[in-house]
Amino acid sequence: MNITVKLFATFRNGRFKVARQEHPQGTSCRTIMLGLGLSEDEIGVVLVNGRHVPLDQVLHDGDTLALFPLVGGG
Amino acid sequence: MDKIIRINMNDLSTSTETVPAAWAGLGGRGLTSTIVAAEVPPTCHALGPNNKLVFAPGLLTGTPAANSGRLSAGAKSPLTGTIKESNAGGTAAQMLARLDIKALIIEGIPKEDKWYSLHVSMEGVAIREETELVGKWNFAVIEAIEARLGKKTGILTIGPAGEMKMTAANISVKDPDSKIRSHGRGGLGAVMGSKKIKFISIDDQGAPKVPIADPEKFKTAARVFAKALMDHPVSGEGLPTYGTNVLVNILNEAGGLPTRNFTVGNFDGADKISGETMHDTIVARGGKPKHGCHAGCIIQCSQVYHDQQGKYVTSGFEYETIWGLGADCCIDNLDDIARADNLMDDIGIDSIETAVMFGVAMEAGILPWGDSKEMLRILTEEIGRGTPLGRILGGGAGSVGKTYGVTRVPVVKNQGIPAYDPRSVKGIGITYATSTMGADHTAGYTIATNILNVGGYVDPLKKDGQVELSRNLQIATAAVDSTGMCIFIAFPALDIPECLPALIDMINARFGINLTGDDVTNLGKHILKVEHQFNIEAGFSNIHDRLPEFFATETVAPHNAIWDFSAAEIDEFWNF
Ligand code: SF4
Repeated sequence: MNITVKLFATFRNGRFKVARQEHPQGTSCRTIMLGLGLSEDEIGVVLVNGRHVPLDQVLHDGDTLALFPLVGGG
Repeated sequence: MDKIIRINMNDLSTSTETVPAAWAGLGGRGLTSTIVAAEVPPTCHALGPNNKLVFAPGLLTGTPAANSGRLSAGAKSPLTGTIKESNAGGTAAQMLARLDIKALIIEGIPKEDKWYSLHVSMEGVAIREETELVGKWNFAVIEAIEARLGKKTGILTIGPAGEMKMTAANISVKDPDSKIRSHGRGGLGAVMGSKKIKFISIDDQGAPKVPIADPEKFKTAARVFAKALMDHPVSGEGLPTYGTNVLVNILNEAGGLPTRNFTVGNFDGADKISGETMHDTIVARGGKPKHGCHAGCIIQCSQVYHDQQGKYVTSGFEYETIWGLGADCCIDNLDDIARADNLMDDIGIDSIETAVMFGVAMEAGILPWGDSKEMLRILTEEIGRGTPLGRILGGGAGSVGKTYGVTRVPVVKNQGIPAYDPRSVKGIGITYATSTMGADHTAGYTIATNILNVGGYVDPLKKDGQVELSRNLQIATAAVDSTGMCIFIAFPALDIPECLPALIDMINARFGINLTGDDVTNLGKHILKVEHQFNIEAGFSNIHDRLPEFFATETVAPHNAIWDFSAAEIDEFWNF
């Protein structure tokens, strides 16, 4: 299935901004995160199609996964 | 000994008072709101002789506590008609604290049609007639005062917007690089203008250090506090690297970035105006990605932004400004937004109110969507010069909406709604509706928990838990705003258990007292209630704690979210 992966802030360093990736059915956000060399304690926010989800959320074809470190402002 | 200085502009006299016992434990917002509530008739005209303009440094300002150099300004707001506290960085707060000044209270209006300045020093406050700098814009004022009184002089000034009593006018505060931070919201610059004070200069030469009752205890607590600030990823890494503008991308992804005057929740040009792009641009052009608004800030969310030629354009370039002129006005040219930011500092007008206003002005057809050049022209030639159109626009989003018959006007209590769509981030909607200040994101920043996973997580698209979240944050914020601390210490304070106790320990060590966590919460509640009571006596009721109608009748993409709180659900907020 086709997943759009978007990375933000420091996660882009040495990686990418946005990539279209092929993954087998049943792939979770966690699997993709690990594949990027990121660890759970670096993760701030996980969004799938603009909604907050847990890392173990299973993805579907055409989903957009956005990964952020903890960031803030205001 | 701490003192209160009163400046009476009716008869151009000043007097120094000892601090009444009831005010001794207060600082910052707690003190400005207490004084305004006690001494300003709530029904007075905000630009008339009965309003008072109060400045107060926080409880910890002037000490070595990290990030404690913020100044509160308070009055009845000419924009909202409510009580107002607006706090800012810059060098003035620490100088006032070293001069043992707990508050400056400016009263009355001069009889003659002349302009004045106030000079604050070890000798007290001198009122001087001012002619040379009347009509001058803020950067020219700062340059002239530094030439007159020395580079180290602290400065609070109003630009043409404040002189013309525009209700979006701010009070500008000189920062350590002679640039500008602002008491932005609520039109306090117009109040200063109504009192015919062009600027306040501060000289703290000869002032002693701020006394600390228990220096050892203070030092220990200050170290724990600073470590918490540095250890938290938001205050230790995110803010210094990307500034507050890191929020563009995350709000855009979450569908909460108000775009085209609050009609959609994503902006196609988000990447071009994002914190990540801004960081790379600043580095490539030799600017400074991190910068503090006052000595002692260790988070340093500010930055210095250069143009393509490597020349200074602006600093303190904030998310709300970039969102407002960017997504909300459909402008994706960050350089032009930076130029506008600098112009707004120079004119002395609130960059949030003005950004929200431009979204409404574009909807009204005053200028085309996305036309950044026309926006720059309007700032300079209409608002800066005070043409009739400029005065309508300088009155903020509500003013232009009313004049042009626009029905989609994002304001609460006539103050522009910033940067976060209340339909898709519902907690902040409760803050906008209920804040004693009118729509103000900083009053109870639920974005932390709704979007950023700081202090836990409350689903932004559901109603559950939002009222309680907003209430708890508004109470905590009222207390933090009294300490002189920058509100961004809330990120570590929400997540790192040692942070808040260390803050309370510093206050205790500074004054030789024994406040507990409960005392601090009670202080926050007390401040909110004092402010709320002022608003009630000024003619506000629960009916005013509502969002504009369109939020309940128009859904917002991408989540098709709607504002669906009932009146009774919102009113639960005040049950504490
Ligand atoms: S973090 Fe930003 S707003 Fe806060 S004190 Fe530092 S520069 Fe000022």
